[in-house]
Amino acid sequence: MSAARATRTRKDPAPPKSGKETTTTRRSASTEAPARQPDTGHRTDLLESMLRIRHFEERCVELYSAAKIRGFVHLYIGEEAVAVGVNEALTPEDAVVSTYREHGHALARGITADAVMAEMYGRTTGCSGGRGGSMHLFDASRRFYGGNAIVAGGLPLAAGLALADRMRERTNVTCCFFGDGAFAEGEFHETANLAALWKLPVLLVCENNRYAMGTALERHEAQTDLAMRAASYGMVAWAVDGMDVEVVEQAARRAVEGIRAGTGPHFLELRTYRFRAHSMYDPDRYRDRTEIERWKSRDPISLLTDRMRDNGELGDKDVATIEQRITAEIDRAVEAAEQAPEEPVEHLLHHVTSSSAEAVS
Amino acid sequence: MGVDGSHEAKTTYREAMREALRQALRSDERVFLMGEDVGRYGGCFGVSLGLLEEFGPERVRDTPLSESAFVGAGIGAALAGMRPVVEIMTVNFSLLALDQILNNAATLLHMSGGQLPVPLVIRMTTGAGRQLAAQHSHSLEGWYAHIPGIRVLAPATLEDARHMLAPALADPDPVLIFEHGSLYNVSGELLEPTAPVDLEHAAIRRPGTDISLITYGGSLPKALAAADELAAEGISAEVIDLRTLRPLDAEAITASVARTHRAVVIDEAWRTGSLAAEVSARIAEESFYELDAPVERVCSAEVPMPYARRLEEAALPQPADIVAAAHRAVN
Repeated sequence: MSAARATRTRKDPAPPKSGKETTTTRRSASTEAPARQPDTGHRTDLLESMLRIRHFEERCVELYSAAKIRGFVHLYIGEEAVAVGVNEALTPEDAVVSTYREHGHALARGITADAVMAEMYGRTTGCSGGRGGSMHLFDASRRFYGGNAIVAGGLPLAAGLALADRMRERTNVTCCFFGDGAFAEGEFHETANLAALWKLPVLLVCENNRYAMGTALERHEAQTDLAMRAASYGMVAWAVDGMDVEVVEQAARRAVEGIRAGTGPHFLELRTYRFRAHSMYDPDRYRDRTEIERWKSRDPISLLTDRMRDNGELGDKDVATIEQRITAEIDRAVEAAEQAPEEPVEHLLHHVTSSSAEAVS
Repeated sequence: MGVDGSHEAKTTYREAMREALRQALRSDERVFLMGEDVGRYGGCFGVSLGLLEEFGPERVRDTPLSESAFVGAGIGAALAGMRPVVEIMTVNFSLLALDQILNNAATLLHMSGGQLPVPLVIRMTTGAGRQLAAQHSHSLEGWYAHIPGIRVLAPATLEDARHMLAPALADPDPVLIFEHGSLYNVSGELLEPTAPVDLEHAAIRRPGTDISLITYGGSLPKALAAADELAAEGISAEVIDLRTLRPLDAEAITASVARTHRAVVIDEAWRTGSLAAEVSARIAEESFYELDAPVERVCSAEVPMPYARRLEEAALPQPADIVAAAHRAVN
C-alpha cells in the first residue's frame, strides 16, 4: 500500500441501486489480489454459509415467539454477506471480536449451529456454557472473543489481542466487528488512534447498517463518511458494498494482506442493512417501509443466487439441496438444545474467578 | 514503619514497587508495563523511573491519554497470553476505563463459561492528602471491591509494595492494586518476608486486646499512630491491615473482634456505601454477640475533596478521630 492510499477513502452510494459495483475495491481486487479466482465451488460455499445464518436466525424468531429462548436477540438478517465475506479472509489463527449482533459472525467462524443454539437455550452445551446467551457467544478454541454488548467495548480488546500477537511475533490479524453506532463512542476513537499509532495488526470492520438501534446515521453523526473519518487516524480505509459477499471478501482479503504485510490497521466500512428490527423488542417505528423494501431488493443471498444462476452455476435443485441440508442441521441443533442439560443451580458461582471455575474441557 | 538508624539500606515504598516491577519484567518475558507516562517521564509518581532504559519501549509502553483503550488493550493482551501490568495515574481517571474493567475484565471469564480468564494487573494511585482537590484525591477502591471477578489489593507496607506484585501476576484473574499516594515516600528497612506473601489474608500489624482498629492502605499509618496514643493511655489496640479488599478476609476480622470485642473501622472513602460499611455489616452478621459496643467508623467527610489544606485535613480521617472513636467504643 502506498502512503497516499493510506489516507484515501471513497464514497459509495447507499443503498446501492444494483449489483453493479464500482468501488476502488473491486477494481483493485482484479489487479492487486488475483490470488484467488472465485469459482463455483467457492461461491456455493459462500451461499451455504449465508443461508445457514439466515435459516438459523429465522428459526430463532420462531423459538423466541414460542418462548424457548429469551433475553435480547439481535438478528443479523440482511447483513450475512459481511460476516461470511470477511471470515473468508481470516485464518483459524486470527482472532475475532464481535458485537451483540453476532450469530452470523459466530456461525461464519465455524462455531456449530449446535453450540450456538444450545447457548440461546441457556444450556451447558452452549458455546458459553449457557452463561452468555445470544449477546455473548465465545469460543476460545476458534479465537472468537465474543460477544460484546457494550457498543464499541470490543475495540480496545481487539487492539490488545493484536498487540500481544505482535509482541509474540505472530503474524495473526485481529478482526473486530462493530456498527456505525460505535462512531459516537469514545472507545472507537481511542482505539483507532492507538491501533494506528502502534501500527497494530487489526482489521476494523464497521457494519454500517445505517442505524444505531433506532437512530439513523444522519441523526447520530455530524459527518457520515465513516471511512474518511477512520482514514483521518492514518489507517487505510475503504467503504464498500456490504450486500455483495464477493465484494466483501475481496475487500477483506486485500485489507488482511496489507495488515499482514505490516502496514498497520485497516478499516472497512461495509454498507449494509438489517431487514429486521433492532431486537425482538423493537416495534421498528423509525424506518420507512419503502427504505426497507429498497434494501431488501439487494438481499445478499438473492444477489449471489441470481449471479450464480445467470452464470449457469446454480439450479433450483442445488439451492433446495443446500436448504434441506441446513434445515436438517438446524433441526438437529434445536433437538439437541431441547435435550441438553441445564446447569445445576449449585454451580451458580462457577466461573466468577478461576478458582471458582470448573476446568473447561 | 521502618527501623530508624538501622545500618541496613533504606528503601521507599516507591522504590519497593519499582523493584517489584523490575523483577517481574526480568523474570517473565510475557510481562510488560503500559500506561500514561510510564516510560520517558518515569511514571507520574516516579514508580517506573529507569525501567524504559532497562527494558525498552516494547515492554515499557507510553500510551496516549486513552484509559479505556489501554486498559482494554491490556485485557486483550492478557487474553492472548501476555501478562500486562497497566498503570492508571489515579483512581479518578480509572473511571474512564470503568467499562473495560467491569464489563470486560471482571466479566469475560463468566460470560464465556470459564473459557477466558484475564490475567491482568492494573495499578493505580488512590487517596488524598496532597492538596490535589476533587478530581485526583478520592478513594474509590471500595467501588471496585464491590465487583465479583476481580481481586483488589491495597499494599500499605514496604513489604507488600515489594512482594504483592508477583502473586498478583501469577493470579489467572484480574487484580487491581491501589497505591495510596501518601505512601510513596514512606521509607524504611525492607525486610525479607518470613513466609511467601499471599493475597488471601489480612495482617495483624500490631497485636492488642482491647479494641480492633480495622483499616487498609493509606489509613494504616494513621491507625498505627492512633494505637500508639491509645497505648499511652493503657488501651491495647489491635491493628488489622485488610491488605486484600476483595475477597475480604472475613475470618481475620471475626477473630480479631472475638479477641477485643470492640471495633473501629477506618476507611478514607466516604462513609455511605463504603468498604467500612461492608466490614461493619460483616461484624454485625458474624460477631454480633461478641460485641461490647457498637462498631465505630472513621471515614472521610461526605464532600468532594477540597483543595485548601485545613479543609482537606478536616475531611480526612486523622489519628485523633480514630482515638476519639476508640474512646467512644471503650467507654
